[in-house]
Amino acid sequence: MLVIKGLKARVEDKQILNGIDLTINPGEVHAIMGPNGSGKSTLAHVLSGRPGYEITGGSVTLDGKDLLALSPEDRARAGVFLAFQYPVEIPGVNNTYFLKAALNAVRKSKGEEELDAMDFLELVKAKLKPLKMDESMLQRAVNEGFSGGEKKKNEILQMAVLEPKLGILDETDSGLDIDALKVVADGVNALRGKNRSFLVVTHYQRLLDYIVPDQVHVLAGGKIIKTGGKELALELEEKGYGWLTGEKVNA
Amino acid sequence: MTAKPQEPSVEKVTTEEYKYGFVTDIEADSAPPGLNEDIIRFISHKKKEPKFLLDWRLKAYQQWLKMKTPEWAYVHYPPIDYQDVIYYSAPKAGPKSLAEVDPEVLKTFEKLGVPMEERAMLAGVAVDAVFDSVSVGTTFKKKLGEMGVIFCSFSEAVHEHPELIQQYLGSVVPYNDNFYAALNSAVFTDGSFCYIPKGVRCPMELSTYFRINAAKTGQFERTLLIADEDAYVSYLEGCTAPMRDENQLHAAVVELVALKGAEIKYSTVQNWYPGDKDGKGGIYNFVTKRGACRGDSSKISWTQVETGSAITWKYPSCILQGDNSVGEFYSVAVVNNMQQADTGTKMIHLGKNTKSTIVSKGISAGKGQNTYRGLVRIQPAAENAHNYTQCDSLLMGDKCGAHTVPYIEVKNNTAKVGHEASTSKIGEDQIFYCQQRGLSKEDAVNLIVNGFCKEVFRKLPMEFAVEAQKLLSVSLEGSVG
Repeated sequence: MLVIKGLKARVEDKQILNGIDLTINPGEVHAIMGPNGSGKSTLAHVLSGRPGYEITGGSVTLDGKDLLALSPEDRARAGVFLAFQYPVEIPGVNNTYFLKAALNAVRKSKGEEELDAMDFLELVKAKLKPLKMDESMLQRAVNEGFSGGEKKKNEILQMAVLEPKLGILDETDSGLDIDALKVVADGVNALRGKNRSFLVVTHYQRLLDYIVPDQVHVLAGGKIIKTGGKELALELEEKGYGWLTGEKVNA
Repeated sequence: MTAKPQEPSVEKVTTEEYKYGFVTDIEADSAPPGLNEDIIRFISHKKKEPKFLLDWRLKAYQQWLKMKTPEWAYVHYPPIDYQDVIYYSAPKAGPKSLAEVDPEVLKTFEKLGVPMEERAMLAGVAVDAVFDSVSVGTTFKKKLGEMGVIFCSFSEAVHEHPELIQQYLGSVVPYNDNFYAALNSAVFTDGSFCYIPKGVRCPMELSTYFRINAAKTGQFERTLLIADEDAYVSYLEGCTAPMRDENQLHAAVVELVALKGAEIKYSTVQNWYPGDKDGKGGIYNFVTKRGACRGDSSKISWTQVETGSAITWKYPSCILQGDNSVGEFYSVAVVNNMQQADTGTKMIHLGKNTKSTIVSKGISAGKGQNTYRGLVRIQPAAENAHNYTQCDSLLMGDKCGAHTVPYIEVKNNTAKVGHEASTSKIGEDQIFYCQQRGLSKEDAVNLIVNGFCKEVFRKLPMEFAVEAQKLLSVSLEGSVG
C-alpha cells in the first residue's frame, strides 16, 4: 500500500533522511524507533506534506499514487492521517465543527455526500465511547485548554472519524501517563483492520506493549539500519540504540 | 521543531478583484464641485428644509472652516481637496414606492445580493435604502407605523417630525464636535431616522443598505436613532460600493439616544471598496458614531465588522450618563493589502454603577495597518463603574502591522477597569494542522480567522453573522498563498 523508495529529505542545509526504503502492506502495523535526531519525526512530516522540508531524492506512493506530488490536504483526502506529537490549538473553533468540516472535505473529495449536523453528531458520539472521552469535549475549541492526554485522545478521535488508510502516529505516547496511554492504544487497536495500516513513530518500547507491531525498524542517521519483528523493540529497550549505531546514545 | 516554514507563502498578494465593483448608470442631478455657503443653501433648498436646519448647517460650516483635519490617527493619505468634492447628487425623479424605483437601482441591489423586497419579506427586515444621497424605498413602514415606530429617511423626518429633529439633532454629536462631524453637519444630504416610542419593542431588525454611487460624490449620511423609555431596537447597517479610481470621501455621523430603560443594538457590516492591491482608489471612511445612554438603566451596544475602505477612522462610543447604564463595543476590523484602519471606542462613564465592555479583534494582512484606539474615562461622579477591555490582534504575514493604543482615565477610585491585550500570528502550524485533516488552505485560514472573531460574530444578528463570515473570507482571499 505505502511504498517508500530511497527517500531523501533535508531541512535548510541539513540532510535528515538519507535514503529510506520501506513497504507497508494493508493491515500492517510498522514501528519506527530510533535515537533523538535520527529522522523519525521528519519521516512522519515528509509523508504528510508538512512545509519546510525539501525532498532531495526517492519516491513515495500510496496505492500506486505519487504521494509527494500531492498537497497536504490531498494527501489527507487520499487517506494519510498524521496524529501530531504536539496537536495544535485553534481558539474559538468548535471541535465538532472542525471535525465535521474535515470529514465533509474528505467525503466531498471522494464524491460522497456531505453529512449534515445531525448525522454527524450521531457518528461522532459513537466514536467517542471507546476513547472514554467526555461529550463536553466536542463543544470545546479545538485542543484549546486540553490536557496533554486530552489532546492525544482528540487526535485519535479525529482519526476514528476520518477513517484513514494510513495512520501515522508521531510520538503519540510522549507526555501520556499509563492510563491515558492504554486508552489511546485501545483506540488505535480498535481501528486496526485489514485495509488500514499504521506507522508508529516512537522513542520508547512502552507504547509497543499496547500497540503490537508487525515490524520494527530502527532509524539512525536518516536510514533504516535494522528491521525485525516485535521482539526487536524489547531488545532495544534492553541494550539501547548504541548497540546498533556503534555509539553511546542516551535514550 | 527545527522545520522552517516554506518561503513565506503568506506574502502572496491578493488577486481577488473587488466583487461588488460595478457602477450604476443613472443621470445625477448634481451640484458643482466645491463647498461654500451657496452650496449649503443649494442643498438645503433642494431638500426644502426648514430654516432652523439651514441655520444649523451654516453654523457648522463656519465652525468647520476654523477646524483642522485630525492628524493623531495612525493613517496616512494625501491631503483631500475639499473644493474638488461634489456635495450633492441625487437621482432625478423621487420614487414614491418600490414599483417606481428605477429598475437599474433594483438591479444593483440584486447584484449586491440584497433584493430588497425578497430580503425584506424573507428576513422580516424593513429596509430604508440609501442610494446615492436620496432614499429609494421604505418597506414595512405601515406595520411599524401601527406600533408608533418611525423609520424613514432623514429628509422625510425633517418634514414630518421636525420637532424630534430639532430636539435631538446634534445632541449627541454637536456640529462642532470634530472636523468631519462639522463637515457632515454642514452638507449631509440624507440618511436614516428612527424613533421607537415608549415601551415598544421593535418587532423586526431595522436595516439600511448604504451605497455610494455617482463619481466623486462624497457621501454624508446622517443617522439619528432615538429609543424612548423602555423601548428596544436592533438596527443593522451594511455597505458596499462600486469600484472607483479616485478616492471617495465618506464622512457619516450616527447619533443614538437611549432614554430610561431603553436598549439599542447597532450592528454594522462595512464593506466599501478598499482600493486595489497598490492602494489605489478606495473609500476614505471618516465616521463619527456616538450613543448617549441618557436614562437610568439604558443600554447601547455597538457591533461592527469593518472589512472595507482604504482608510477607516471610526470610534463608535457610548456616553454612560444614566445610573446603571451599559455600553458595549464589539469590533472586528480587517485590513489587507494597503488598507489602514484606526478604530476603537470611547466609553465615558458619568453615572453610578455604569458598566462597559470592549472586545476588539483586529486582523492585519498584506501591508495593512490596523490600530485599536480606545478611551475609557471614569468621571468623578461615576461611583462603582466597571470596564472590561479585550484587544486581540491577528497578523498574517510579516509586512502588516497591528497597534493598540488604550487610554484609561480614572477619576473615581471605586472604579474597576480591566484591560487585556494579545497579538498573535496566524500559525503555519495551525494551517498545516487543518490541511492535514483535509481542509484546503483557504478554508483553513477562514476557519482560524472566524474562530478568532467568534466572540464578536456571536453578537451579530444571525443572518448578518453569516454575511460577515462570507465577507471576511472574501476580504482575506489570497492573503495566504
